[in-house]
Amino acid sequence: MNWRGTALRFCQVSGLPILEPFVRLAAGESPREQFQSIFKFIVIPILATLLFIGFWSLAAARIKTDSAQLPSPTSTWEAAKELWTAHLAQKVADQIAIVEERKKAGSLMQQAKAAENQATSLTGESKARYLANAEVFRKKALQAANYIPTSAPTFVDQTLRSIGTVFVGFSIATIIAVPLGIFCGMSPLFNAAMNPVIQLFKPVSPLAWLPIASIVIIWWYSGSNVEDAFFSRAFLISATTVSLCSLWPTLVNTALGVSTVNKDYLNVAKVLKLSWWQTLCKIIFPASLPLMFAGLRISLGVGWMVLIAADMLAQNPGLGKFVWDMFQNGSNSTYSKIAVAVLVIGFVGLILDRIMVFLRNLVSFGNPVAG
Amino acid sequence: MYTTSEALNSAAIESLPVSHGSVASTIQVKRSPRTTPQRPILELKGVTKGYGSGATQNPVLARINLNVREGEFLAICGFSGSGKTTLMQLIAGLIRPDSGEILMEGRPIVDPGPDRGLVFQNYSLLPWLTVRGNIALSVDKVFGSWSRSERRDHVEKFIEMVGLTHAAHRHPHELSGGMRQRTSLARTLAMKPKILLLDEPLSALDALTRAVMQEEILRIWEEERQTCIMITNDVDEAIMVADRIVPLNPGPNASLGPTFAVELTRPREKAALNHDANFKNLRNGITNYLVAVRQKSRADQAATSSVAAIKLPPVQPKDFTLPSHYIHNAALK
Repeated sequence: MNWRGTALRFCQVSGLPILEPFVRLAAGESPREQFQSIFKFIVIPILATLLFIGFWSLAAARIKTDSAQLPSPTSTWEAAKELWTAHLAQKVADQIAIVEERKKAGSLMQQAKAAENQATSLTGESKARYLANAEVFRKKALQAANYIPTSAPTFVDQTLRSIGTVFVGFSIATIIAVPLGIFCGMSPLFNAAMNPVIQLFKPVSPLAWLPIASIVIIWWYSGSNVEDAFFSRAFLISATTVSLCSLWPTLVNTALGVSTVNKDYLNVAKVLKLSWWQTLCKIIFPASLPLMFAGLRISLGVGWMVLIAADMLAQNPGLGKFVWDMFQNGSNSTYSKIAVAVLVIGFVGLILDRIMVFLRNLVSFGNPVAG
Repeated sequence: MYTTSEALNSAAIESLPVSHGSVASTIQVKRSPRTTPQRPILELKGVTKGYGSGATQNPVLARINLNVREGEFLAICGFSGSGKTTLMQLIAGLIRPDSGEILMEGRPIVDPGPDRGLVFQNYSLLPWLTVRGNIALSVDKVFGSWSRSERRDHVEKFIEMVGLTHAAHRHPHELSGGMRQRTSLARTLAMKPKILLLDEPLSALDALTRAVMQEEILRIWEEERQTCIMITNDVDEAIMVADRIVPLNPGPNASLGPTFAVELTRPREKAALNHDANFKNLRNGITNYLVAVRQKSRADQAATSSVAAIKLPPVQPKDFTLPSHYIHNAALK
């Protein structure tokens, strides 16, 4: 395959058909046709977006209440810049604080050494006192060296935190849903047993789950020191809620994929006398991967949507909490910042979706489906 | 049953290498190699199979009796829907008969196994594996005791045998229909089955590829000389490849018709066969038989059916559209 074929295949598998006309143009294919597709797939969407921004500005100029105003595109842009500079400033300030703490740690260590030196020339009670002092200095120095900035998380921190939360929740859901789905698909009996539970819990909203999820997490944490835990409690509550909601699409799709494996493939397994485990690993699992990934894609989308609500309620410092805090504090730029958050949420969701499309197309045996 | 005299007979033949050359040459000339009584490798005794149960029971095959000799190429020829695939699945062990028994080398067949290599009608290659991977899957399973390099060489040998060395790294969706069927054939042959079962292996191919593949299958069979049962709906194809042809009467309750022996020399040339009187007779005989049994089966069904036959008026369809040159030459208004 030449470079053009490779590039076109990449466009197809990655779910980025937008790039296709450029590749063809670079390869010297009929420019007229390529410009037509560029017009259709790039110029038209850009025009439509501009139109949307225009309507948005018009609406923003009109929709006002006594205390607030619908954020306009320009104020949203300003808010985005403000959030970004605030983030950078915060990081610089944190860095300075860390450097200062390190210096402090150095001087404390020197003091500790000096105290120890003096202790060597002394005996009795005063020696013990000097050594105790040195010990205190050492402890303080250690604390200063391990200093972690305690400033409030910035918008970027919160975005990363949200992505981390959804990743953990989604992973938990996948680890539970894929084996369960395989069992459901392989055994009609198991499926019959699970079906009522699945059908009952599938349509439940995250907001109903959250209090129950939090009881379990709080019970789990009872007795241990909250500060020492690897995950904070709010983080785990959010992640659990995400996994409880994103469990179902993967589960149902995996079960469907496994139960609809082509009979001929199973006949191949029978003729070869593959064992149960070999049939599962070599025939059933790969054959149901495309549907499984279609389910995982829906799950990740659901998980990301649910996360915002879960963050709001569990006070997990992610994007949901950002929106909630902004809504509560009500400064001038509050609504613009919320608009920024909305756009960022949409953008991250889009990226996550593209990643899943890419993965699904990789396992679709050469039949990539765009979109 | 295997009688003492038969056993002695076949043993005597095998221990007589003296006249080997002359025997071989007569086989070349006239293909009726097994004139001595010999235990069949595969026996079907009164096999009956239907789908469903009770009132909705749909009988497919009834009282099938068939003996297949070792090393012969048997073709089973019948109309679509007459239960050919069911018969194949019975022999492969994928389904069990309702009554009667199927013996392979004297032992009843109870489950599928690699000693009966089935080439599926629709290839059933695993789409996530390459040509090599598909073949290696069966080789690794069937010859698990071999060393890694032995197995690899075995796989490569069969890829080469079906002429796919240049495409060994490709996935099934990148192959043409003929190449897929070659892969499927190689996968089955690589298991070294005692009986090769071909379930309409060429019916999904176009006429040209089909002719090429017929010769390919024959060439491979001449090399390996496995017992081979092929199911087909094409009488010409059956005559081209087989030693014996058994028509399958149309279902329901399909049974086997009389055996037609194909006494044509090998290798057979398709072009030359078309003018061969023997070939023509055989083709007419089988075709006439199949058409006659189908008519009889339809008449029987009509007679037993409680629904009154609808009298069709003697109307012929007529084309009222104008031929295109009338339209093209018409005067413009």
